[in-house]
Amino acid sequence: MANHAVATNVYVPFLEKKGILSWLYTTDHKRIGILYLISVSFFFLIAGIIALLMRIELLTPVSDFVSPHTYNVLFTLHGSLMVFFFIIPGLAASFGNFLIPLMIGARDVAFPKLNLGSYWIYLLGTVIVLIALFQPADTGWTFYTPYSATTDTDVILITLGVFVLGFSSILTGLNFIVTIHKMRAPGMTWHRLPLFIWASYATAVLQLLATPVVGITLLLLIAERSLGVGFFDPAKGGDPVLFQNFFWFYSHPAVYIMIIPAMGVISEIIPVFSRKPIFGYKAIAYSSLGIAFISFFVWAHHMFTAGISEVAATIFSFLTFLVAIPTAIKVFNWTATLYKGSIELHSAMLYALGFIFLFTIGGLTGVFLGALAADIHLHDTYFVVAHMHYVMIGGTVMGFFGALHFWYPKWFGKMFNEAVAKLAWFLVFVGFNVTFFPQFFLGVQGMPRRYATYPEEFESLMSLSTYGSWILGLGVLIMTVNLINGLFNGEKAPQNPYGSLSLEWQIPSPPPHENFEEIPHVTDWPYGYGKKKEVDA
Amino acid sequence: MEQANTEHSHGLEMDPQVEYSSSKLGMWLFLGTEIMLFGGLFAAYAIFRAKYPEMFLEQHQELNREMGAINTCILIFSSLTMAIAVTAIQKGKRMMSAILILVTLICGLGFGVVKYFEYGAKFAHHIYPDTSIFFSLYFMMTGLHMLHVFIGLIVLGVLMVLTWKGTFNEKYSTPVELGGLYWHLVDLIWIYLFPLLYLIG
Amino acid sequence: MSEHSHSEEHHVTSYKPYFIVWVILMILTAVTVYVSYLDFGTLNIVIAMVVASIKATAVALFFMHLKFEDKITWLFAIFPLVLLFLLISMTIVDTFTRITP
Repeated sequence: MANHAVATNVYVPFLEKKGILSWLYTTDHKRIGILYLISVSFFFLIAGIIALLMRIELLTPVSDFVSPHTYNVLFTLHGSLMVFFFIIPGLAASFGNFLIPLMIGARDVAFPKLNLGSYWIYLLGTVIVLIALFQPADTGWTFYTPYSATTDTDVILITLGVFVLGFSSILTGLNFIVTIHKMRAPGMTWHRLPLFIWASYATAVLQLLATPVVGITLLLLIAERSLGVGFFDPAKGGDPVLFQNFFWFYSHPAVYIMIIPAMGVISEIIPVFSRKPIFGYKAIAYSSLGIAFISFFVWAHHMFTAGISEVAATIFSFLTFLVAIPTAIKVFNWTATLYKGSIELHSAMLYALGFIFLFTIGGLTGVFLGALAADIHLHDTYFVVAHMHYVMIGGTVMGFFGALHFWYPKWFGKMFNEAVAKLAWFLVFVGFNVTFFPQFFLGVQGMPRRYATYPEEFESLMSLSTYGSWILGLGVLIMTVNLINGLFNGEKAPQNPYGSLSLEWQIPSPPPHENFEEIPHVTDWPYGYGKKKEVDA
Repeated sequence: MEQANTEHSHGLEMDPQVEYSSSKLGMWLFLGTEIMLFGGLFAAYAIFRAKYPEMFLEQHQELNREMGAINTCILIFSSLTMAIAVTAIQKGKRMMSAILILVTLICGLGFGVVKYFEYGAKFAHHIYPDTSIFFSLYFMMTGLHMLHVFIGLIVLGVLMVLTWKGTFNEKYSTPVELGGLYWHLVDLIWIYLFPLLYLIG
Repeated sequence: MSEHSHSEEHHVTSYKPYFIVWVILMILTAVTVYVSYLDFGTLNIVIAMVVASIKATAVALFFMHLKFEDKITWLFAIFPLVLLFLLISMTIVDTFTRITP
């Protein structure tokens, strides 16, 4: 421990205080981070189990495990829980809360009470959606009109839940932007910020300015069902495609709310385990902002076959290719950082490498889909499903798991079993590819998504995909058990197990209540690895 | 908006300057969010107006231009009183500020009353949100705006009481300023709603 | 009032500018109502929107003190308007270039 000279303050880890109320009324960003972490993990596991049920149904061509209607309900739940309850708040809110103040050298976020308020709003949203589970909707997670305006299932409740969640997301984003602007420690200039902070900043801007659009869209959908407003109803002169325009104006940037924090995580993990300074710091930092900015210009590539005009489709198809540029910049810089590094294959590093590999596949197939001509053929097939999961699991979830393993010692002050973690990574990686790679072939062969049954010719690939999902599920199970076991039986974690230079590793694990004994004065960027003078704390 | 954290009082208080500028930046970010929230409705308006110009031209005649104009004047006046209230508290004139906030609040209530009669007249003519696209827009836009007025009224009420009781002074008046910003935004949105719905149809 | 060192914080102005802005706002309101009774064809909406935008700018700059705020606040005040423009313009491009069979 480094605090030998300090007499006044006794080190009390932030986890010390017990009792449920001390959690529910906490304004400590680290505890709020844990609350988010528990909530999103819960929904991740629920939605994951739902996915396994769907894959079991798809093991055979006929509908034998669940009825087609139940299948519709299942994919709606899987999609909406994963997207709105796990991936969007996942990294951004849980790790964002935990890491942002630590990394910039602050004692907390700018508005601690508002931060707690965001979490309560998130809880309220989850409660509404859990009630909605008793009468689940069957619209798919996108709630497309006109079907969502006419189906007999209860759409209002689940959209209301998502609407409430949006508020939580907006307030979190607002809090983080102000925190990053105003709370940086002395000497922590913009170009000394860890890249995760740059990523969080870009994400927060998206949360702040894109989310209200989906808010009003869902509100209009609710008004459509309850008041008979006709914006999306052709019979009343409305336009169903307008719903899609609005929906994707949010939901495309939302894809980057999901992925940009994961990119930030990867940018933190790779230099530490390569023992090299990150290559192209500014390029990575500004490409985060670039991705966020461009993401507002590409929404209609989700709608090429929805009846939008050819002019609009051509413009959006062109703009979509632009997203590939900042994304590729990141991938090249990570690879360049790895080059000639002394790489240590820690489990977090394995997840990071998995991210680069899988996300590259996901990203490139996204370019195929962004190409207007190819998309006409591939739209709404399993190709889209595969692409989406390569980006979301191969990208965000890999980043999430990587972050979990990387910051676990700091967060909980314990170590997990590294060998088991590596085994779990292996199963996740293999299981994921066995599950989703065949779906590219299924898609190209024309298998449409969202059907409970399929022609027999697809059976071999479909059942292969199902077997893969079992491997993936087993991997996630082992990982979960390993991490939970570490909490109770793990060894005590040292302050800085990886010799990282970032601020959060320069304080005890787990951090004390107010993070820093004294607010640090920052003199350098956090990636100066491989210098002679560097001595680990 | 945020007071010093009481859970662990030592060392967590922010520098008042930082807290002040943080709160204000936070409020501006929130206003940006509000603009995007109304943005969806403005976009819908643009599309449907371009699509059905005759419908808009014809049906906007049903709206009461005078009432709309009166409400515009009321809101603009309330913005004036609020702006002065903020400056007054910054100069330490507590009573003057409280009274001006009260005037703002009364204007807000007046706006609500006029709107109440307007809505009542529409319902009496059997005009509802599902009557036509134009009235869907009318009710959604003014309804969402009205919701913001209501929230504003609650905020103003709290601010007035606190100002009256002397919570704020020339050194600390951040909440009044933030409440003012919010109220001005409500005015600002109405400045667009009024011509779009009442005047040009 | 001469709070010198941090002049951009707590910018205390006198009351007079507020009244001037208010008078301008009232005049512009009268103008926009008056114009609405005349028929300039499509120019009507242009005039109405220009007047509304002048009014909104006046409210933002003076009532909301945007004039005295720092660059970051300006950025976050203007960026949503850019996005709003994008949303409206691209949705219109889509809606009105569709080929209806």
